[in-house]
Amino acid sequence: MQKENYKMSQQAIAIENLTKRFEGKTAVDNLNLQVGKGELFGLLGPNGAGKTTIINILCGLIKPTSGNAEIYGYDVQKEMEKIKELLGVCVQETAIYPYLTGKENIELIGNLHCMNKKLLKERSNMLLTKMGLEDDAKRLATKYSGGMKRRLSLTLALIHNPQVVFLDEPTVSMDPQSRHAVWDFIKEQKTQGKTIILTTHYMEEAEELCDRVGIIDNGKLIALGSPKELIAERQVKNLEELFIKLTGRNIREEA
Amino acid sequence: MKLQRVFTLAKKELKKTIREPAVLFMIFLFPIVFVFAFGASFGGIGGSQTPTYQIGVVNSDLGGSGNISQILLASLTDTKIIQIHTYADNQTAQNDLSQGTIQAIMVIPTDFSQSYASYQTSPSTPSLWTNSTISLYLDKGSLIATQAIPPIIQQNLASITSQSSQIIQTPFQIQTASFVNVKSTPALDFIVPGMFTFASIFLIMMVAQSFTQDRENGMMKRIRITPTTPTEFISSQVVSYTVIALIQATLVFAMTYALGFKPNVGLLTYAFAFIFVLIFSLSNVGFGLITATISKSASAATGLSFLFVLPQLFLGTFVGASLSAGAQVAGKFVPSYYVTNALTSLFLRGAAVSGPAVLLDLAIVSMSCVAILAVGIVLYAKYYKI
Repeated sequence: MQKENYKMSQQAIAIENLTKRFEGKTAVDNLNLQVGKGELFGLLGPNGAGKTTIINILCGLIKPTSGNAEIYGYDVQKEMEKIKELLGVCVQETAIYPYLTGKENIELIGNLHCMNKKLLKERSNMLLTKMGLEDDAKRLATKYSGGMKRRLSLTLALIHNPQVVFLDEPTVSMDPQSRHAVWDFIKEQKTQGKTIILTTHYMEEAEELCDRVGIIDNGKLIALGSPKELIAERQVKNLEELFIKLTGRNIREEA
Repeated sequence: MKLQRVFTLAKKELKKTIREPAVLFMIFLFPIVFVFAFGASFGGIGGSQTPTYQIGVVNSDLGGSGNISQILLASLTDTKIIQIHTYADNQTAQNDLSQGTIQAIMVIPTDFSQSYASYQTSPSTPSLWTNSTISLYLDKGSLIATQAIPPIIQQNLASITSQSSQIIQTPFQIQTASFVNVKSTPALDFIVPGMFTFASIFLIMMVAQSFTQDRENGMMKRIRITPTTPTEFISSQVVSYTVIALIQATLVFAMTYALGFKPNVGLLTYAFAFIFVLIFSLSNVGFGLITATISKSASAATGLSFLFVLPQLFLGTFVGASLSAGAQVAGKFVPSYYVTNALTSLFLRGAAVSGPAVLLDLAIVSMSCVAILAVGIVLYAKYYKI
């Protein structure tokens, strides 16, 4: 009953006192965060801030040291099977099979989600067209450019029409044309009611796309709000200036 | 478990194997090319240590004139390199030969002593001799046996007639035979069983590379985010690498057949040989998983896979037979030894599929396969997750 009520609620993701430590280093430090259904939320932070760790916990890839996280009311530590049906993830790595064609990569992920053939074909064709990959669908992915590989990776995350989508730096290494095409595509996904968590180092991307952003540093949430609110509150020109103001100019290394 | 996921992943693995040139070469072409080159140049026998040959003797000699057959056997025993096992009948001896317990059977004919007596009476008049023929059945699975044993017996026959080994005119003939009709070169005959094993060993490297590459490029993560279960994933790997092993074994067999290896065995024996290779390939999947667990990257996996490839290669395939006695004992601790031994028994020694030695090999290979695969799965699941 409680779960049904939760599903009726407006929250897609609820994170409570989440902590993750790796060999003495705290990657996520007592994080509390809620993301609403249909919201496009930007998770920002310098390298090693803890963004990917948070996503990995929400995807069930690693266990938190303490705290809880739920997606659509399902506990990420206990009910991952249910969550996997709702979840689509564009991981930070390109994560495609180079010696399969673009179409075969899509079919592989679709079949792992046990999609029926007709739906898989329809969505595959639709996504390939939207990502500008229809003419290259039958080429081996190893022959794709970096941008094409990222677009294919995004397609794999969305082939099964998930309700919650994690996009971990989806536009890395894309040219401006591709990036804008992907932005339009992400906006379109939001209009379909999907909840999207976006991590990016491109502040203009977050400003353009996100309803709200959370800035993470050293595993802690140090700012939360809509880009406009945060810019106005901190009296800065844009999100990038705010980001630098909050996280400093020191170069960070990947964890 | 959903079969759709298992077959999807297995199909992916097969496509990857066929389309990736480096993998294709390593799995299918390298073993064939290497073994062919090795087989062509393989000529040496024995090692630095003096070997001991186990010879079964069926002595039908009726005796008389000093019981010369016993003198011959004593002479052979004195060489220290021949160990005599006496059999009451040919059938029992043949069974042991087919199981690899002995390397040759020497059948001494009823008229052997009589023949010797005729020679003693008229040593310089061959027309007055009673000729007799010693039948020598050799283990065609052993290059050493086929090449070393006949001259030793010939030399001892010469010595009991008080002649130098170079003088070959005596009333005694040695007729060699084997139970298996193999018409190709001895070197090729000898290495064929090991070739099947050899080809499969490189699956270790391929599995290790495949897993570490999937980890490096994020595919393992992507698959784990789908509803695919670890059981489905492992099952897909077992299916795909079984198919790959089957293709490998078929290619190796086709090549050896084309080169002249035509063992006179039935379909059941071939089927059994393929079963051995398939089970062995699964243990190599296990070794591959262990390698992937201890390797941080695909390139490290390539190097570390040799920890498992080399011992199996040197101690358990055709290479092992030419090593020292100590190395041959060490071979008994690697699965490849039992696969090669079983295939040798089936193809070259004429052993039946239900023969005790073959079944023992099958039991050892199966048990080691289950153990290695289980260790591989548990280790990989613990440290990297599937």
